[in-house]
Amino acid sequence: MKRWLEKLGSVAGLVFVFVLFALLQPAKFPTADNLQIMLLQTAVVGTAALGMTVVIISGGIDLSVGSVVALSTVTIALLLNRGAPPLVAACGGVVAGGICGLLIGLIITRAKLPPFIVTLGMWGALRGAAKGLANEQIIVTPNTWLNRLLNTPADEQKWMLLPPGVWMMLLLALLVGGMLRYTRWGRHIFAVGSNELTARLCGVPVERTKVMVYILGSGFAALAGVLQFSYLTVGDPTTATGMELDVIAAVVIGGASLSGGEGSTFGSLVGALIMTVVGNGCTKMEFPNWVQEIVTGVIILVAVVLDRLRHRKTD
Amino acid sequence: MSDDPAPRLRMQGIRKRFGATVALDGVDLWVAPGHVLALVGENGAGKSTLMKVLSGAYRPDAGEMWLEGRPFRPDNPHDARLAGISMIYQELSLAPHLSVAENILLGMEPSRWGIVQRGQMARRAREALEQLGHGDIRPEARVGDLPLAARQLVEIARALAVGCRVLVLDEPTSSLAAEDIERLFALVRRLREQGHTVIYISHFLEEVKQISDRFLVLRDGRSVGEGSTDSVSSSELIAMMVGREVKDLYPRSARTPGEVILEIRDLAGWTKPATASLALRRGEILGIAGLVGAGRTELLRAIFGLAPVVRGDVRIAAYTGPASPAQRWEQGVGMLSEDRTREGLAISLPVADNVTLSRLAGFGPAGIVIPARQRAAATRWIDALQIRCRDAQQPVTQLSGGNQQKVALARLLHHEVDVLLLDEPTRGIDVPSKAEIYRLIDDCARQGKAVLMVSSYLPELLGVCDRIAVMCRGQLLPARPVAQVDEHTVMREATGTA
Repeated sequence: MKRWLEKLGSVAGLVFVFVLFALLQPAKFPTADNLQIMLLQTAVVGTAALGMTVVIISGGIDLSVGSVVALSTVTIALLLNRGAPPLVAACGGVVAGGICGLLIGLIITRAKLPPFIVTLGMWGALRGAAKGLANEQIIVTPNTWLNRLLNTPADEQKWMLLPPGVWMMLLLALLVGGMLRYTRWGRHIFAVGSNELTARLCGVPVERTKVMVYILGSGFAALAGVLQFSYLTVGDPTTATGMELDVIAAVVIGGASLSGGEGSTFGSLVGALIMTVVGNGCTKMEFPNWVQEIVTGVIILVAVVLDRLRHRKTD
Repeated sequence: MSDDPAPRLRMQGIRKRFGATVALDGVDLWVAPGHVLALVGENGAGKSTLMKVLSGAYRPDAGEMWLEGRPFRPDNPHDARLAGISMIYQELSLAPHLSVAENILLGMEPSRWGIVQRGQMARRAREALEQLGHGDIRPEARVGDLPLAARQLVEIARALAVGCRVLVLDEPTSSLAAEDIERLFALVRRLREQGHTVIYISHFLEEVKQISDRFLVLRDGRSVGEGSTDSVSSSELIAMMVGREVKDLYPRSARTPGEVILEIRDLAGWTKPATASLALRRGEILGIAGLVGAGRTELLRAIFGLAPVVRGDVRIAAYTGPASPAQRWEQGVGMLSEDRTREGLAISLPVADNVTLSRLAGFGPAGIVIPARQRAAATRWIDALQIRCRDAQQPVTQLSGGNQQKVALARLLHHEVDVLLLDEPTRGIDVPSKAEIYRLIDDCARQGKAVLMVSSYLPELLGVCDRIAVMCRGQLLPARPVAQVDEHTVMREATGTA
């Protein structure tokens, strides 16, 4: 029972902020439309947070997420304008992200540099690459089904309940969560994050695991870029600036430890939802932007403090 | 009991409970100025709780303390430190980036108008070091650049600079080489002559006999024996610690050496080992003795593929050539790290993950790990090795040192390795756990596994091994049957005076 309570810490936080805004603004906040809007607003950060969860569990960090998102939207737009089918364009964006991740992983493992530094460098370099590819302009694209990934289902598709992009995020969360918990590879990621020396002693291919982790991290960031493209309907090299911090915040609120070895995709999604609910609620309350920023900051701190206290109790 | 006219420190009837567990059940302790008191007992006997009460980290539920005749009730560690209680733990608490002088005077830097008086600081640090007879350590050296033994001295110097009345040394020798231990003992004697009071906590009973005036044995939170160290034998001490006679501390069943399974020829690493050759047979336990820094750990790591091999080769059964840890595990070789908490175990992960990490295959099809099967496998080892833990899900960090070491050993057994490379397998664990680990090692040899074991604790090598080889400055000397070896021959070879 107590274990469950501990696991549900972030869920309790989500319920708390939700109920709070529902009481404060009963007419506008807890409506079916607004719920769906909040899920939509979570989709981009939530999808990127899945990859970031894996990276953080492995003891790393990825600061280049926002730049990868932008690079992904630009890549998709360019491919679409060259006549590529939407699916190919989307895959192209994800592959571009995967290549960035491969590069990050190789630099970290070959040059033995800290992930913070390597991804800080990539944060700048990839943003520049996106701008260069796009000629520092927004790229307008023809209208395809990619633009509708985050639209509420049309009347004849009401059976879907949620937009396809949200379904994709939820399914991938299950997939990644299962991978982390039920596969050898997942257990290796936890081991590397918990104690790299032990993992090496036990014959875990530490370097290969790390490279795969960053490919996955940037791949998910690029997938978030597909959703971002759908939302923007253009390729924008300046989009998602600073998004990496939202993504990291979501993962941390969800109970992951920045020193590695701990975290869950479920928690990260809940963390992303908490941030959306707070943002959306503050807007509905017509609070100015700065209030919302302060509240979000405080929530991050509270989440980490609570997590500390919980750990102290079990030790 | 306390007929002594003026004990420096007296603790009487100290009780402390945590929930339902009684950690201390009325402990009495007293120690006079200029005396060294040895505090011994198994892990979990209450030594560290007692010292935490003394250092103000815990408040006792009942009992009184007097320091130099005055009632002493520290509210927190800072209080106790100001009153003159200094603790030196196994894990030293120094700031590696600061200089020796800065560390010694940390928190009490001499200053004027907020500006640190560097000259005065260096002078006071030098004084403290000279008082220890170690004026050779430069006050401006960076602590991180000093060897471990010197860092320990810096920490003791810090205690003296604070004006300590009672110095507590917790397992101070567990990571020191033999010559550093001698130097530390000389220092403790010097402190004793200067009238300091020392409480010395150790698992090494030989040390206790050598260095202390009196002893106090704790068992299950009670004082079960005390007296003058001269009047007691090691086996009597052990009997008090465990509450029964430990007969065969070193079990030795009849073993029949089989074929050679590990052979190394002229192996050399970057700096160490310089050259090493040996042949290890199935069913045999080969011990490697030597001083810390002689290259014993590096030898094991080179064999296991964790350290580079520059020259020479390693043959495991039919395999030759370079190897990675992953390949070694596949070839049936497992290694136990000397550093249990930093390398040996992922201590924040559950027991189950730690036991099975090297061999997760077999818990499900195609790379899938079914948690229930993983837990079941770990639970079998928990039962077989009598690992005291809540269940396979408990994080290793919550286990005692001895049980952690059993978890690390269980990994090798779970992997069903044929060759066990054991680096300091009993470091820092209590006597009964040691006995259990010796029994496990003996079992492995009897089942035809080969064991290569590094230890700085000679009695255990002499007790457990079939053959012993000494390593001196990177050179592995030829192994000899244990019957032809004693502590003197080993020390002569290890120090290069053979």
